[in-house]
Amino acid sequence: MIMDRFISNILKILRTYGVSLMLGVRTTLMVSLIGTVAGLILGLIVGGIRAVRLDFTASSAARVIKKVIDGFLNVYIALFRGTPMMVQALFIYYLLLDIIHWTYLQAAIVVISVNTGAYMAEIIRSGIQSVDIGQTEAARALGMSNFQTMMHVILPQALRNAFPAVGNEFIVNIKDSSVLMIISITELMFQAKSIAGSTFLFTETYFIEAMIYLILTTVASIALNMIERRFSRNSVSLPQSDTSPSSFALAVETRQEGNSDYVSR
Amino acid sequence: MSVVEIRNVHKKFGNLEVLKGVDFNVDEGEEVCLIGRSGSGKSTLLRCINLLEIPDSGQISVFGQDIMKYRNINEYRRKVGMCFQQFNLFSNLNVLENCVLPQRKVLKASREKAVETALFYLKKVGMQDFVNASVSNISGGQKQRVAIARALCVNPKLMLFDEPTSALDPEMVQEVLNVMKTLAQEGLTMIVVTHEMRFAREVADRIVFMDEGVIIEDNPPEVMFTHPENSRTAEFLKAYI
Repeated sequence: MIMDRFISNILKILRTYGVSLMLGVRTTLMVSLIGTVAGLILGLIVGGIRAVRLDFTASSAARVIKKVIDGFLNVYIALFRGTPMMVQALFIYYLLLDIIHWTYLQAAIVVISVNTGAYMAEIIRSGIQSVDIGQTEAARALGMSNFQTMMHVILPQALRNAFPAVGNEFIVNIKDSSVLMIISITELMFQAKSIAGSTFLFTETYFIEAMIYLILTTVASIALNMIERRFSRNSVSLPQSDTSPSSFALAVETRQEGNSDYVSR
Repeated sequence: MSVVEIRNVHKKFGNLEVLKGVDFNVDEGEEVCLIGRSGSGKSTLLRCINLLEIPDSGQISVFGQDIMKYRNINEYRRKVGMCFQQFNLFSNLNVLENCVLPQRKVLKASREKAVETALFYLKKVGMQDFVNASVSNISGGQKQRVAIARALCVNPKLMLFDEPTSALDPEMVQEVLNVMKTLAQEGLTMIVVTHEMRFAREVADRIVFMDEGVIIEDNPPEVMFTHPENSRTAEFLKAYI
């Protein structure tokens, strides 16, 4: 009896509010995808700068500048990892409202990007640390600069090593973007809340919402696993003229290592 | 003419003094092998020459210039090639791109020119059939040969080898040594840290024996291997003969 009621209510909500739920999904996906990509770029820049060790030939002025930048970046990371994103959204939205007159959506995208950037910087840092020091030494010994070494040797490898963690940030963002409803962006959480408010079918609405989030995160993690597997396949492409069994076995082995599960924060 | 002149170089790691005043010369076209026990300071000395380690005191001149006075060490380092025990091929790039990237970035060579040079040196080390191979799919000996080709691509005037065959399976040692022998015969100046005594005897013009951070003996191979001047040298070499 109760079950029947529950199901028929769910169907009713889906029929009446399906479109607004889909609009919510669209905004959620857009905000979390842009936030993850922008955050990754920010994280690469911040992580790359923090990982640079100046040469002994660097002037003392350069050393001071590097110290100041490092200090600034450390503060940025500490602030954004140490405060709730909901608070960041409110504070930053109102802080800049009078200056740049931005919309809720613009503010939300900026906040989630900068927030993700702080986490990504740490992810990239550990990715960089996982790259063997010999890679840096070889590049420097060839005469490549700090910057060239970072761009062409270290970061590509760091990014590959960190890929599971980077993908995980996307899944976290799909869920955590729900707190951005506090500044009235019409993502999934916001839509569900309005639907619940007008239908008074709280359990049913939030059940639907939870299921949608679950579907989004599951699909995203399957997609990320596929990308990751492709990543590791590319990295062990077989040599054209060598088809000896040993190198083939190696390629297969490395391919299987790519399987890692995505776990939400 | 002296290519490398090292005067009274000291280097400490924390409290451990690894180099305790080393004096050392290498002439143009000379092949010098550095031998000694592990921990004797030979690798550190080699790494000081291209400033992967910064000496605490003393003077190192290469090509007639004090290397500590370079404003841009990248300018200097590209003239000094280095091969490592662990090869250190860039694992994000295939064999060809490993040789192309440094030329593009360091010499600012055009893509066509860089590929041409890369193929030339890969052929020289016998790796021309593996240009598109991933570096994780080739053997240790092949990796080291690619690493040598990569170093040669930026046209160094001096090559440093830091135990190039120590991480290799025995059957792969010879292929790497053969490549090095060819380079030596062509007159490239080389400093080689090695435990391969047969190679040293055959190829080196001089052999330098280090122990506990100082140079104990510096002699041509025929003297070093037949009647070493120092008893510590004799004792060390006994283990290899």
